[in-house]
Amino acid sequence: MGKARIGVFVCHCGNNIGGVVRVPEVVEYVRTLPDVVYAEDNMYSCSEEGLSSIKERIAEHDLDRVIVASCTPRTHEPLFKHACEEAGLNKYLFEFVNIREHCSWIHMHARDEATEKAKSLVRMGVAKARYLEPQEEFQSDVYPAALVIGGGVSGMTAALNLANQGFAVHLVEREAELGGLLQEVNKVFPTYEDASEFLAPLIAQVENHPRITTYLHSQVESVEGFIGHFQVRVTNGQQETEFEVGTVIVATGAQEFKPHGYYGYPMLPNVVTPLELEEMLKKGIELPQNVVMIHCVGARIIERPYCGRFCCTAALKNAVLIKEQNPQAKVYVLQRDVMAYGEHIERHYRQAMELGVRFIRYGLDRPPEVIGVRQARQVKVFHQLIGKELTLPADLVVLVTPLVPQPDSETLSKMLKVPRGGEGFFLEAHLKLRPIEFATDGVYVCGSARYPSNISESVSQAYAASAKAATPMRQGFVQVEAITAFSDERLCTGCGTCVLVCPFNAVELRAGEDGPRSWVNATQCKGCGSCVAACPNSAMQQRGFTDLQVLSMVEALVSS
Amino acid sequence: MGKSSDNFKPKILAFCCNWCSYAGADLAGVSRLQMPSDFQVIRVMCSARVSPEWVIKALANGVDGVIVLGCHIGDCHYISGNHRAKKRFALLKEMLGYMGINPARLCVDWVSASEGARFQQMVTEFVETVKELGPHHGPEG
Repeated sequence: MGKARIGVFVCHCGNNIGGVVRVPEVVEYVRTLPDVVYAEDNMYSCSEEGLSSIKERIAEHDLDRVIVASCTPRTHEPLFKHACEEAGLNKYLFEFVNIREHCSWIHMHARDEATEKAKSLVRMGVAKARYLEPQEEFQSDVYPAALVIGGGVSGMTAALNLANQGFAVHLVEREAELGGLLQEVNKVFPTYEDASEFLAPLIAQVENHPRITTYLHSQVESVEGFIGHFQVRVTNGQQETEFEVGTVIVATGAQEFKPHGYYGYPMLPNVVTPLELEEMLKKGIELPQNVVMIHCVGARIIERPYCGRFCCTAALKNAVLIKEQNPQAKVYVLQRDVMAYGEHIERHYRQAMELGVRFIRYGLDRPPEVIGVRQARQVKVFHQLIGKELTLPADLVVLVTPLVPQPDSETLSKMLKVPRGGEGFFLEAHLKLRPIEFATDGVYVCGSARYPSNISESVSQAYAASAKAATPMRQGFVQVEAITAFSDERLCTGCGTCVLVCPFNAVELRAGEDGPRSWVNATQCKGCGSCVAACPNSAMQQRGFTDLQVLSMVEALVSS
Repeated sequence: MGKSSDNFKPKILAFCCNWCSYAGADLAGVSRLQMPSDFQVIRVMCSARVSPEWVIKALANGVDGVIVLGCHIGDCHYISGNHRAKKRFALLKEMLGYMGINPARLCVDWVSASEGARFQQMVTEFVETVKELGPHHGPEG
């Protein structure tokens, strides 16, 4: 291997990096490193301009290694690798150095240190790049069927979308019926149609679709494998079914927070949750004269800091409904900010006010008090804006609570090897750029399983998730990243440790000239590197993460 | 031994796994959680890839501290990678003492993709620990 010709592109990322790290200084420094034949800075390396520049320089300077020092590889690495390919450079001769999330953003008030650290990180990247080698990816086929976990609005929409495109879908629902949370809802906002009018045709379509197999009253027992070939086991308590799918969509939704211990719930019979109110409305129970709705119960508090997003909308919907049915009714909404995002909801908020719904702002420091022994009779609230305590008559108290994660979300997250966020909802790969997929290929998420979503949001997300899932299934294959392990026969002594250590049974011993030698099945290998660290002779290495590559990074750190 | 001096800028390596701890570190960045700058992250796919040999060579050649962060036990993207890492490094920590290296210079812990704040806390504490131990010059007690 001759001397490398390394090109380095240091990104300002606008002010994100450039505002802390002295980028031109880093570029000057990089030019002094051995084997770096070209270095430049870009305002935004990922822009059309930045990418063109990289491609042009590869040709101009005959670069055979490219380094981009900017954000995290977890967002744009594929973009830059693709640019290298377009310029005729094998994409595994590209190295990413993170000087934003891991440098400028975490050392914002230490410009000197951040600049020195950026130089170190790039020097380490250059050291690794010297030892990068071109790799070929191979294709792994994708079985054209999907598993959708959850038969609510999100799950059913995703299932139909996939089935209509010609894919077989296995839809697994925990309860005895399809429909999810929407079954408990009376009327939907803003059209005020019955939820059943919307739900029934959807359920009928799913049940009658020739390509959808529905498993009611069932749970997913295990999911093994990877994108293209997931082996799934489903049980309904009596019977177990096994099948194979190429992709998985998580649409398990969420559950209503039951505010035990808050404001006399559940002891006082006329203190209810929003879904309990929906049930009352569905049954056509005569509504009482004085209704008090307390918002943000169990939401936007220290233990649960998030906002439920659409609970205000649903409460407004019912407030207006109550007033329209009985204009004499007194409806009070005790709130800590009204989340009325968008034109529809804002208009409804105004309509509610015009109909006479009273909005009273309270603070977390002085929460309302429900008065009553056998049932709630009054609600005391300190009106923040007037600065006075009011006593409101109450025949019905509605505690507006947020959606919270399902109790089995932890089990599911471990089963699918997908992460959950701090609040327990599933964590997407990237909030803005990859909102309905997981970092794990082949698994997608939509609806309230990710965070509380209203019907239209759930439906949009379901379309998105099914579109994403359809892509590899339609294409029929995925490119497998060439970060697999491989063994050097000359160094291997056939001890077999690698075979024992591999979690995927991807390594075996085969007869070699001088005895058994390890061999890695690249289609099974997932690139974890367990076997590499276990090998006593350094015979086993991992493409893209060889000992030589990493140790040269370590050496680059200490040499200055 | 060498006590913390204000001028001591330790060289610390942080090996982070792609799926959990590296993502956690990214989240810390996105959340603008500030930390001392005395550490550099090296990405690996799994904490199981981190060779004990790397740790020894690093500590023997001028690195003052090494922190290895993987997924929480039970959450490894490769099922059992972090179990291997846990066992290997438990053993290595025992051996470091024999080799004349203070075992406190190696920290092995678990950070998930959503734990930006935990990453910040781990790193800040480890940098403090290493600063107190002083530069790693050679055999220590």
